[in-house]
Amino acid sequence: MDLLNALVALTNYVMIPAVAYGSQLALGALGVTLIYGVLRFSNFAHGDTMAFGAMTTILVTWWMQSVGINLGPLPTALLALPFGILGTMGLLLFTDKFVYRFYREQKAKPVIFVMVSLGVMFMMNGLVRFIIGPGDQRFADGERFIISARDFKAMTGLREGLAFKTSQGITIITAVVVVVALFWFLNRTRTGKSMRAYSDNEDLALLSGINPERVVMYTWMIVAGLATIAGVLYGLDKSFKPFTYFQLLLPIFAAAIVGGLGNPLGAIAGGFVIAFSEVSITYAWKKVLRYLMPENLEPDGLVQLLSTDYKFAVSFMILLIVLLFKPTGLFKGKSV
Amino acid sequence: MSETVKHSLMFAFVGLLLILDGTTSYGIFSGSWNSSLGILNMGLVSAIMALGVNLQWGFAGLFNVGIMGFTALGGLAVVLVTSAPTPGAWSQGGVGIIMALILGALTVVAAVFVTKNMAAGKPRMLVLAGILIGGFFAYRAIFDPAVSGVEAINPALLGSLGGLGLPVLLAWPAGGLLAAGAAWLIGKTALGLRSDYLAIATLGIAEIIIAVLKNEDWLSRGVKNVVGLPRPMRKEIDLQEDPGFLDTVASLGLDPVTASTLYVKISYSLLFTAVLLVLLWMAQMALKSPWGRMMRAIRDNEAASEAMGKDVTRRHLQIFVLGSAICGIAGAMMTTLDGQLTPGTYNPLRFTFLIWVMVVVGGSGNNFGAVLGGIFIWFFWIKVEPMGAGLINIITSGMADDSALKLHLLESTAHMRLFTMGLILLLVLRFSPRGLIPEK
Repeated sequence: MDLLNALVALTNYVMIPAVAYGSQLALGALGVTLIYGVLRFSNFAHGDTMAFGAMTTILVTWWMQSVGINLGPLPTALLALPFGILGTMGLLLFTDKFVYRFYREQKAKPVIFVMVSLGVMFMMNGLVRFIIGPGDQRFADGERFIISARDFKAMTGLREGLAFKTSQGITIITAVVVVVALFWFLNRTRTGKSMRAYSDNEDLALLSGINPERVVMYTWMIVAGLATIAGVLYGLDKSFKPFTYFQLLLPIFAAAIVGGLGNPLGAIAGGFVIAFSEVSITYAWKKVLRYLMPENLEPDGLVQLLSTDYKFAVSFMILLIVLLFKPTGLFKGKSV
Repeated sequence: MSETVKHSLMFAFVGLLLILDGTTSYGIFSGSWNSSLGILNMGLVSAIMALGVNLQWGFAGLFNVGIMGFTALGGLAVVLVTSAPTPGAWSQGGVGIIMALILGALTVVAAVFVTKNMAAGKPRMLVLAGILIGGFFAYRAIFDPAVSGVEAINPALLGSLGGLGLPVLLAWPAGGLLAAGAAWLIGKTALGLRSDYLAIATLGIAEIIIAVLKNEDWLSRGVKNVVGLPRPMRKEIDLQEDPGFLDTVASLGLDPVTASTLYVKISYSLLFTAVLLVLLWMAQMALKSPWGRMMRAIRDNEAASEAMGKDVTRRHLQIFVLGSAICGIAGAMMTTLDGQLTPGTYNPLRFTFLIWVMVVVGGSGNNFGAVLGGIFIWFFWIKVEPMGAGLINIITSGMADDSALKLHLLESTAHMRLFTMGLILLLVLRFSPRGLIPEK
């Protein structure tokens, strides 16, 4: 019984939150990695792109809620998501046309692109704050739990409850669907193959008649989709605040680099590595250990390795370790 | 018009803006010398930060987005150097904290030693894991009780180790040293890899430094802030009670309150200008020296410089540490100017990316450009808000007073700043990538 209780507590406080957070990070890191693979720069505006996508979705959600459209037990935001994606696609294609294309034609150095993305980040950040304000926004509706802690206790008779939030369930399912669709697109379709070819070897791809502008356009559109989905899922699961999205940049970059920049599979793995380490290092293990240890050996303290305020430090430490020992990432990314 | 005249005119223009701000209250100008000098002082600090970043970016092409962290470390140095030691803190746990930190450092050193000296394989992994896990728990075992001991001392007012109680001017170089140490650690890991990695690593270290300042109460009182830090000159209150000062003010026909604040602000301006001039002179000498030429050669063609026998990674580390030290000095100066350390107010958009706008707009690679950009962009940053408010007022003048859109727009003017700064950065990068005062 104690073992079961420990297992339930572990699932409730570590596994489920980490899987959900990991899926959100993985979707974010996929966007960063695709831009790195095709356009060859680290996009600092990615966090704010996610914020923009989430904001557009929230605005449409609010409108739908006000006219009474809803999805029953599911959050209305899912219905608004396609509009958010379209809006973000528009914004990214616009920035590409008026900002990035110029530097592409100049064949500017990657670091110039990074600087430019800083400017874009500033503008998007200002835009989002201008439209929706810097505060916290809630937009989740529908059923809150798939399984609530009380139901679970009543069902199983265990002392520990297990809560499974709708937002977590949706996050996991959506992430799986999106990743499968993305890999199908990259590996099976003509456009996806041309994207990979362009990413592997630009000159060879150009020689074989791939239109670079088309590849870039599709990349931005896919990135817009990924960023919006990641942003909306994160907002549903936690809450929407522009500055938090900016701060997500660090774990997302860490995930992309840990997995190997430019490698989509690595981005997913990296997302989960970062999420699991963040959650397990900042979780107070006392509860789980209490069930597992004999009574006289129970820990006195919280058995928390690091306080939650240092969760950025965790992703950063992992990043440093990977940079020191395996600069190309766990899966082989682009070379140094 | 020769280049020198043109550039002097630009400096004169910024000076004119500041003078106008002090004298007239037309439009965006405030008409108060207090506000004008306030802008000048922060502008001077920003100019020093821009000088540091220019050293890294303009001379060496290193992309540092952790300026906020180095500035905050400078601020921490002010607290550690100048504030009075907390009575009893050292006996209550201060020693324990230092011992724990030394133990932590030894653990890392031991881990590095093992990594370097044992053959790769399973035994090394096990020894390494043993050292790190054992070291971590030993560290926590000493650290935690010591910290709660220190934080228990009068937490409402003190609750930290306090400082050394030394004069505040000593804190400025100390801030530089602290920032240099952090920069060395980060440079050692991230330099020599792809250029983006340094950017991401510095972005991370800055967030961590702020997190440490916010949460380690024994060090800097965390979000409880440290206020009332000493100043290098007399306080306004003391001046207002000094008969000698009051007589001088009366003979000039000034109000004592205004005069005392002006006295303090002007003292800061002079002090900051002196520091800026010294650093500017040093940066100029470095730029013209063989060392400066080598740095630019490395920036322009790393492969060729390496072939000529230059150790690119070491030179990068060197200049990265130097530039960060300058940011640390500026951070210490800023905390001295504010008289308080408030870790909650450090925001990367303001302390990192705004400095980048200054460097790019001023002209990367040119020290004078960095200084000009620093002061000019700071002036602009302060004035964008009244400008935005004016613009929105014009746009919304046709709308009904209670329209939701108008109210929302008026409320949001504060966020125009970020948008405008991004726009300026993009426009300068696109149409005048060499900035106001280009590199020679």
